[in-house]
Amino acid sequence: MPEAAELERPTIRDEAWRYADSDFIASADVALLNDWRTISVPAGETVREVQSHLTDDGASGMVDRLRVHVGAGGRFEAFVTLGGGKYQRAEIEVTLEEGAHFEFGGVTVGGGDRRQEFVTRTIHAHPNATSNQVVRAVHWGQATGNYLGRIEVARDAQKTDAAQNFRALLLEKGATANAKPELEIFADDVLCAHGAAIGQLDEQAAYYMAARGIPPHLAKKLLVQAFIGDAFVALSDAADREMMLERALEQLEGTAL
Amino acid sequence: MLKIENLHTEIDGKAILKGLSLEVKAGEVHAIMGPNGAGKSTLSYALGGRPNYDVTAGSVTFRDQDLLALDPHERASAGLFLGFQYPVEIPGVSNVQFLREALNAQRAARGEDPLTGGEFLKLAKAKAGLLKLDMEMLKRQVNVGFSGGEKKRAEMVQMGILDPKFAVLDETDSGLDIDALRVVGEGINSIMRAPDKGVLLITHYQRLLDVVKPDRVSILAGGRIVETGGPELALRLEDEGYDAVMADA
Repeated sequence: MPEAAELERPTIRDEAWRYADSDFIASADVALLNDWRTISVPAGETVREVQSHLTDDGASGMVDRLRVHVGAGGRFEAFVTLGGGKYQRAEIEVTLEEGAHFEFGGVTVGGGDRRQEFVTRTIHAHPNATSNQVVRAVHWGQATGNYLGRIEVARDAQKTDAAQNFRALLLEKGATANAKPELEIFADDVLCAHGAAIGQLDEQAAYYMAARGIPPHLAKKLLVQAFIGDAFVALSDAADREMMLERALEQLEGTAL
Repeated sequence: MLKIENLHTEIDGKAILKGLSLEVKAGEVHAIMGPNGAGKSTLSYALGGRPNYDVTAGSVTFRDQDLLALDPHERASAGLFLGFQYPVEIPGVSNVQFLREALNAQRAARGEDPLTGGEFLKLAKAKAGLLKLDMEMLKRQVNVGFSGGEKKRAEMVQMGILDPKFAVLDETDSGLDIDALRVVGEGINSIMRAPDKGVLLITHYQRLLDVVKPDRVSILAGGRIVETGGPELALRLEDEGYDAVMADA
């Protein structure tokens, strides 16, 4: 690893760090902020990461930066929940070879003054690659959930099919969500779909549940479960899917909601 | 069984019900008819405790309890079922999950043991069959992509599974074709016609009352019950219209 002095410390003036916790990045170990894990997915193979970052400790920070190269026809899947810490950032940069696929499901869930964010950069470098990203954010208190999703389609990456979808559920006034889709497309025969929506709990659905005897805390849990479930739909291992949902929902418990 | 006395409600400061009184005894089906804007849906939501339907005066006694003191989910556990005119879609939650959670929440509130998954499915299958609703529909998300008629039938399946003591059914017949109307009407009879149960049936049309024969019929107009009679009152309304019948009252 290079000397710390040679490493640049990011600031919130950097586009990819604009919604980051400025106190944390000002004080964190600069080597940690510049550290990248790397994964290389061989052509035709599949690699999957399933991670829940949960701590009760509201003071700590976590930065996980991952650089992935997916060989032709390969597949990289990441399913990540950020549900703890004062600041948590999961950053994934994926370069896709011909016909490769990137599947991402992310959930940020938290209250207090937590700040949790996903930053993805998906590079469609060659033709016929596909990517699908679904991010759900559930926040209350003064917490913030962010999704910065950049998609780059190179000039010869024809027949690219890229999609990203972000939805945030703010359970209380004071919670925040930021969405920043960014598409840079140099090829002409591509599909790039993106959508972002920020809303509150569906009061009509909550009342409908109450009218059938479901108490408010359980109604809220069911509605949140349905909401974040979208992010894990593509997780084919049912046991993993169940576990991810449960762990994310545990974050709701013990809250005054 | 249900006694409403001098009920006044406001929505956003506007008075809707203005001193409504009504009693439904156990074993009775009581139909409420009335012109548009009379307050029929407001009555059902006030009974169901919907937020923003503020009761400003009056009382509602349900099975010897002060209904208005209960939260909406507690009213359901106490045996009240509210059939919605516009059933709500809940994306991401299946009917099976929704109803099992609802039934077990009600059972827990009453101190009863929860039903297991197997027991619940058996019950759900029987009730779906009664309403001629495919069990596959119950595996789908609550009301999502259901036609108007399917939503109403699904409501009645819910009623069958939850087995309430009293049902307030708000225009359960709207959006139904003739065959579905008969299926739903017979469903109401089979689920709710019992000596210890009661129904408040809000409707515009005689057709449902041909199947679910009411014991009493009341006309709701201007936020009050203006006339109560036997089943013949509904037939007179069908023939003569509200204005003529209310002019005689």
